Amino acid sequence: MALSGMRGLSVFISDVRNCRNKEQERLRVDKELGNIRTRFKNEKGLTPYEKKKYVWKMLYIYMLGYDVDFGHMEAVSLISAPKYPEKQVGYIVTSCLLNENHDFLRLAINAVRNDIIGRNETFQCLALTLVGNIGGREFAESLAPDVQKLLISSSCRPLVRKKAALCLLRLFRKNSDILNVDGWSDRMAQLLDERDLGVLTSSVSLFVALVSNNHEAYWNCLPKCVKVMERLARNQDIPQEYTYYGIPSPWLQVKTMRALQYFPTVEDPTIRRALFEVLQRILMGTDVVKNVNKNNASHAVLFEALALVMHLDSEKEMMSQCVALLGKFIAVREPNIRYLGLENMTRMLMVTDVHEIIKRHQAQIITSLKDPDISIRRRSLDLLYGMCDVSNAKDIVEELLQYLATADFAMREELALKAAILAEKFAPDLSWYVDVILQLIDKAGDFVSDDIWFRVVQFVTNNEDLQPYAALKAREYLDKPAIHETMVKVSAYLLGEYSHLLARRPGCSPKEIFSIIHEKLPTVSTPTIPILLTTYAKILMHSQPADPELQNQIWAVYSKYESCIDAEIQQRAVEYLALSRKGEALVDILAEMPKFPERESSLIKKAEDTEADTAELSAIKLRTQQQTSNALVLTDQRPANGAPQVSQLGMVMVPSTSNVDQNTVDQRVTQSNGTLSAVDPQLPVQDHAPAGDILGDLLSPLAIEGPPSVSPQSELNGVPSYEGIPGANDALALAHVGDQESTVKPIGDIAERFHALCLKDSGVLYEDPYVQIGIKAEWRGHQGRMVLFLGNKNTAPLDSVQAIILSPSHLKSDLSLVPEVIPPRAQVQCPLEVVNLRPSRDVAVLDFSYKFGTYLVNNKLRIPAVLSKFLQPVQVSAEEFFPQWRSLPGPPLKLQEVVRGVTPMSLGEMANLFNSLRLMVCPGLDPNACNLVASSTFYSENTRGMLCLVRVETDPADRTQLRMTVASGDPTLTFELKEFIKEHLVSIPTGGKPPAPVAQQPQPTNPPIASSDPGALLAGLL
Amino acid sequence: MGIRFVLMVNKQGQTRLAQYYEYLTLEERRTLEGEIVRKCLARNEQQCSFVEHRTYKIVYRRYASLFFLVGVDNEENELAILEFIHLLVETMDRHFGNVCELDIMFHLEKAHFMLEEMVMNGCVVETSKANILAPIQLMDKTS
Repeated sequence: MALSGMRGLSVFISDVRNCRNKEQERLRVDKELGNIRTRFKNEKGLTPYEKKKYVWKMLYIYMLGYDVDFGHMEAVSLISAPKYPEKQVGYIVTSCLLNENHDFLRLAINAVRNDIIGRNETFQCLALTLVGNIGGREFAESLAPDVQKLLISSSCRPLVRKKAALCLLRLFRKNSDILNVDGWSDRMAQLLDERDLGVLTSSVSLFVALVSNNHEAYWNCLPKCVKVMERLARNQDIPQEYTYYGIPSPWLQVKTMRALQYFPTVEDPTIRRALFEVLQRILMGTDVVKNVNKNNASHAVLFEALALVMHLDSEKEMMSQCVALLGKFIAVREPNIRYLGLENMTRMLMVTDVHEIIKRHQAQIITSLKDPDISIRRRSLDLLYGMCDVSNAKDIVEELLQYLATADFAMREELALKAAILAEKFAPDLSWYVDVILQLIDKAGDFVSDDIWFRVVQFVTNNEDLQPYAALKAREYLDKPAIHETMVKVSAYLLGEYSHLLARRPGCSPKEIFSIIHEKLPTVSTPTIPILLTTYAKILMHSQPADPELQNQIWAVYSKYESCIDAEIQQRAVEYLALSRKGEALVDILAEMPKFPERESSLIKKAEDTEADTAELSAIKLRTQQQTSNALVLTDQRPANGAPQVSQLGMVMVPSTSNVDQNTVDQRVTQSNGTLSAVDPQLPVQDHAPAGDILGDLLSPLAIEGPPSVSPQSELNGVPSYEGIPGANDALALAHVGDQESTVKPIGDIAERFHALCLKDSGVLYEDPYVQIGIKAEWRGHQGRMVLFLGNKNTAPLDSVQAIILSPSHLKSDLSLVPEVIPPRAQVQCPLEVVNLRPSRDVAVLDFSYKFGTYLVNNKLRIPAVLSKFLQPVQVSAEEFFPQWRSLPGPPLKLQEVVRGVTPMSLGEMANLFNSLRLMVCPGLDPNACNLVASSTFYSENTRGMLCLVRVETDPADRTQLRMTVASGDPTLTFELKEFIKEHLVSIPTGGKPPAPVAQQPQPTNPPIASSDPGALLAGLL
Repeated sequence: MGIRFVLMVNKQGQTRLAQYYEYLTLEERRTLEGEIVRKCLARNEQQCSFVEHRTYKIVYRRYASLFFLVGVDNEENELAILEFIHLLVETMDRHFGNVCELDIMFHLEKAHFMLEEMVMNGCVVETSKANILAPIQLMDKTS
């Protein structure tokens, strides 16, 4: 073998191949790495051929899974080699070894660009491929125009243009601004007319990316896509090289139909007819043939056509044709077709009409649940879950339970969760529900999360008729020789509460119940013991007056645990022992648990969450479900603790771990600092007597409870103040810093005023006895025009007035000149122009100061030019919303978070809040009435109009938390918007209120203005 | 995004070619390859060609001792990918003449070139064998 003329490489590969074990391999690889390293060190001696050889060795080693942390430079340098073979190696190895963030890649930009704009076609191809595979933002910025030119150039050959198309796709994804999207629709339409199928294939891929981002702009391309389909379906003008087993490029057909699925409908009747003709031909004309490849290829096209028909939700006749086909598929022997049949049937469930027809295939689907192939079982489970309703729940759930015993471990948790959800959702009667859950725990206890058994306890507690039955069932399970700990928990709980209802049955006397539960105690883990101790107390309570023998037994248990090392167990033991000595009084204390407030099950909620995302594919559905399952377990209150407690998280700000949150934290600290100083709201605020309202209608009736802007406690207590907060030099944290010298106390809460102004466009930003600053703003796209009204409330002029805007990097601001003196009782208007460059939550700060008498008053005030001001609410319809929502598949474009500690508010209030934040709430889009869906367009100079979609899922039972999903076409925007909304939803603890009597008794030392003013006090101390 | 990675692995589980279209660290690759290979190699002929793993769907096909594994996201048509694998194999066949594991091992660079002509940035770029092989023939001529 010539081995591509690289003998050394072949020798190395054979050596590695001949290694008998991993250790030998590692030694050989290390030796080679050492060799390469030394060769690279004396680089001068290396011929391009040698370089090439070593670089391939590196790639080979990297592929084997060894780290290659050197030699990247050599790989990159080959890119500028003059000869094709070296250059090619340079390009390929670079794109395998490096990623877009690699520093060396930057060095190559110039060489790459030279190749792209050069005349050599093969070099152009190599360069375009590299950029297409690993090009990042910098490439996008410097190369996009060249690549665009190549794609549409008529002098370029197809081999270059097809690569340019996919290269552009990459650059577009890295920076969607590079394509002037408006102008592109015509060019795109032209590209879709392309005769060359290679170029057409890549262009359709590019088109899918563009259209998924914004289909509105590409309506003109829809007829072109249909034309492409017609051409392929009729096999017109398709070169032999592009037919695969007689089928005109199946990949292009699939891709084109995928593109068509991004359009909500096809309205033009002629085009619609043409498209349906093609689809009909595919649906009818696909036969099963002997040749596997041909069969697969034709079915690839068929399944895509099915998906498109379903998407277009076309005529009934065609739909039932689809269901019939799928029904056939799920019964065939060929596993691939069966798998896809099940998968597509699940997708089809989203079309309302077909539910009943799909149910006819239930038996077949259940058979697939027992298929030897786990992939098929998963699809079948998904489908069964989706198609379950009241009429077939019993059958399906029982099948799931039966299957649970033999199911793979990988599937059990999911199975258990799904069975529990279906049982709860569609239970024909409650006792059946109890049966199902207990069976679940029995068969797959390890996979039953706590919220499943919490939920059954809630149900039983709330349904008196159910209690004897549940207790009896629990008692029966305890007879089994080995039961899962979860079963011990749930039966102990149920029997503790309700075993007295069984008292007359054999084996159910308090004594017997106690002993059978107590038998299990040695086998259970620490968290279960407290539940058992409670059960004993309950048994004792129900058997009053107690049987002395039973009582002694139980007391013995309590005494034993009185010194337990686990605090929870110890406390219960001590308390129950003391309580049970009270005899009859025990009955009152340990009375039956009250009913739980009715609320939606967290399990059902999970189910509904996933249903709302009907458009998502099943695998995605599953994932989100699993995510929620983690998230929501936390929320469920332990029923053992009795009445629902307020989520402890409610008042505590828990910043997420990421350092990005630092910002938010700082801001919160500042805000609470701002309000903290409301040490004693009881104290009459002296200074606020508002002199005539000179700002007229601009004044909003804000509560004038005057906390000054300093935080005296923290100063006095020696707690480090702002300066001590990490990152306090952030623009936000600056607010109010420097007030120390000020003895003038602001009227109203500055933070509150700022927040109010975030939600509306005019109002008072700041007020103190001498000055009032009002704001009025108009917003258009990414620009804003604000007017600051600086009013002097006094009869004396205000001197040394200074106003400076400190803007964060994403805002360009321009404040017109502020006069140094404001005459008595006069008002000056200062226009402030703001331009938003990119999404960010940072806030501009107005550094405002003036002199009153000898005192310099200085305030740093946040300007409400916040993210939401650059939003333009848009109403979207379901047809627009869902494709958009789907097209943003996940992080970083779509982010989801469970937000805790939300200020409790009704759905209506929340909708108002969203509307005030310029996020238009679109009612009716989300089938669940507890959810909100809102949309808006965000404008910045960089992003121009960008659609943002927000979905909030609330829990009516716990208003302090919700789950929020934010999606947009820009990762920064998504993240910033999510954080921004969160800031507005989360309650800010108004004054962490450490009681600070210190500040209540101001020292009368040297009181310049108001002696009761903590700010003044501070100034005095300083 | 479509295709996330293409792997060629022999039945001993040794990687013979790996091409990723999204960045994973070496450690992530190693783990992912280990998990996938274990899952796929354990399957038999009667089972379907699709395996769900984490957020990927793996479409795989076995040719003698060599497994071709393609990781895709939910935006792909499974059967189309399955036949794309076959197209890749046919293309290699045309070049090497009855391609085998050793051809791919010892001509790793050619295997890479071919794949690069066929897939770019996770999208299918060319399906005509003649066009795919043209640059390689050019290289053979020049070298």
